[in-house]
Amino acid sequence: MATKVVERKPLSLAERTYLPQIVSGLRVTMKNMFKPPVTLEYPDERPDIPPGYRGVPTLVKDPNGREKCVSCQLCEFVCPPKAIRITPAEIPEDAETAHVEKAPEEFEINMLRCIYCGLCQEVCPEEAIFLQDIFSVTGTSREELVFKKDKLYALGGTLPDSHYKWEKKKSAERAGNPHH
Amino acid sequence: MVTDTLGLVLKAFIVIGAVMTMAGYAVLLERKVAARVQGRPGPNRTQIPILGSIPVIGTFLTRLGVFQPAADGLKFLFKEDPLPGHVNKFYYVLAPMVAFIPAMLTMTVLPFGAVTDPVSGATSPIVLADLDIGILFILAVSSLGVYGIILGGWASNSKYPFLGGVRASAQMISYEIALGLSILPVFLWFGGTLNLSNVVLGQSQVWTAVVQPVSALIFLIALFAETNRLPFDMPESETDLVAGYNTEYGAFKFGLFFVGEYTHIIIGSGVFVVLFLGGWTLPFITLPAGTAGAVLSVLIFLAKVFVIVFFFMWIRWTLPRFRYDQVMNLGWNKLLPLAVANLVFYAVVIAVIEQLN
Repeated sequence: MATKVVERKPLSLAERTYLPQIVSGLRVTMKNMFKPPVTLEYPDERPDIPPGYRGVPTLVKDPNGREKCVSCQLCEFVCPPKAIRITPAEIPEDAETAHVEKAPEEFEINMLRCIYCGLCQEVCPEEAIFLQDIFSVTGTSREELVFKKDKLYALGGTLPDSHYKWEKKKSAERAGNPHH
Repeated sequence: MVTDTLGLVLKAFIVIGAVMTMAGYAVLLERKVAARVQGRPGPNRTQIPILGSIPVIGTFLTRLGVFQPAADGLKFLFKEDPLPGHVNKFYYVLAPMVAFIPAMLTMTVLPFGAVTDPVSGATSPIVLADLDIGILFILAVSSLGVYGIILGGWASNSKYPFLGGVRASAQMISYEIALGLSILPVFLWFGGTLNLSNVVLGQSQVWTAVVQPVSALIFLIALFAETNRLPFDMPESETDLVAGYNTEYGAFKFGLFFVGEYTHIIIGSGVFVVLFLGGWTLPFITLPAGTAGAVLSVLIFLAKVFVIVFFFMWIRWTLPRFRYDQVMNLGWNKLLPLAVANLVFYAVVIAVIEQLN
């Protein structure tokens, strides 16, 4: 193996006095002093959350303000730390949305267990659960950190729908090809 | 006679108050400079009730951290003052005072301004004690400050403070010699006077730093070592000695060490300004006589001191700490021979100039 001998030049007098190096160092720090600070003053300023960020899981409503979750329990099944617990319930016959058949009576996410993996969002066939941009969760008791359905909806709000899956199915059925 | 004494006491209180305030704000400056160098905003939260809630000015002052020294001082004052069980109690309590008092004492002979009598045109310096041996007094008293550090390190009865104290004594002794030798040419240049006011008056045309740059450089480096500032903060070196000599100290005793250290820096900068940067004078500009001129001279002096203090901070956040052997090597093998050579050179130059005249 060829060895390359690096030539170490002896230090010049200027280098040995160490002063030019100090001066160039001072120049660097002086330049830094005139740059704006890079600090984000956190509670007052919030960082920009990039799209696709996996924050706190939330339940969302469709643009018409209707509950999207149909209580299929896939998220409960896929959740690795078993943080989700759904109590399914039937929608009463006389309700306007009776054709949806099922809705969660209670939907709990235990934020002490949640690992923010996003599998629930990935698995949801109705796109009802989303990990959004909330990244700091605090509470004073364990009970408080088990997020209930109303809290999850409050956090989630309404997201724009990019598919209108059910509207499409409905119009296809009306046009006479229900499996489209 | 009584009014004279009272006036002097009043003057002393004003000067002490000013220097203490400056020490507090030097800490703030240090933190701000550190923050800016590292891309942070620095202390910007502390607010006091009424002044801080004035709409624009209050916010600006808060962002500037103007109220921070008050908070720091109060914190030192109101914290529990622990007395560890393993220390030598008498010397443990004594050490912070011994570190603090010499730092405050040196300012008595430091001339920080001048009054020109409008009638007679005679200039008299503004100084607490216009001693003819001013610089000797400063050198003697300021080197007493190291006793505080050694005592603190020894009385703490703990290994890190002890090592800090040992390093402090070695470093102080090493750099004291270079410090003393570097200023001899200055006093030779001004005809052998040791009075600091005369040195300042002699610089009304050209600053000593221009005539004797090497003396100024050696003095500045030795000053960094004498005040235990980075890159020579051997006694404290928090990465290898926890906090050095003040590891076992807390609350107000630590505060005394802290203020003493910053007072040292301010007074050291003041001595540098007096010896090398023309004190309260500006070259080619004659200050007006009377009160206006006196105030202006003090302001000029303070501005120069501020520049040097800022330089102290700037150096601190630029350079890493020297290793202990490097400090000793620099002190004994580089600075001392250089200081001696400098002294001989200027002695010869001054002799030649005197022969020619």
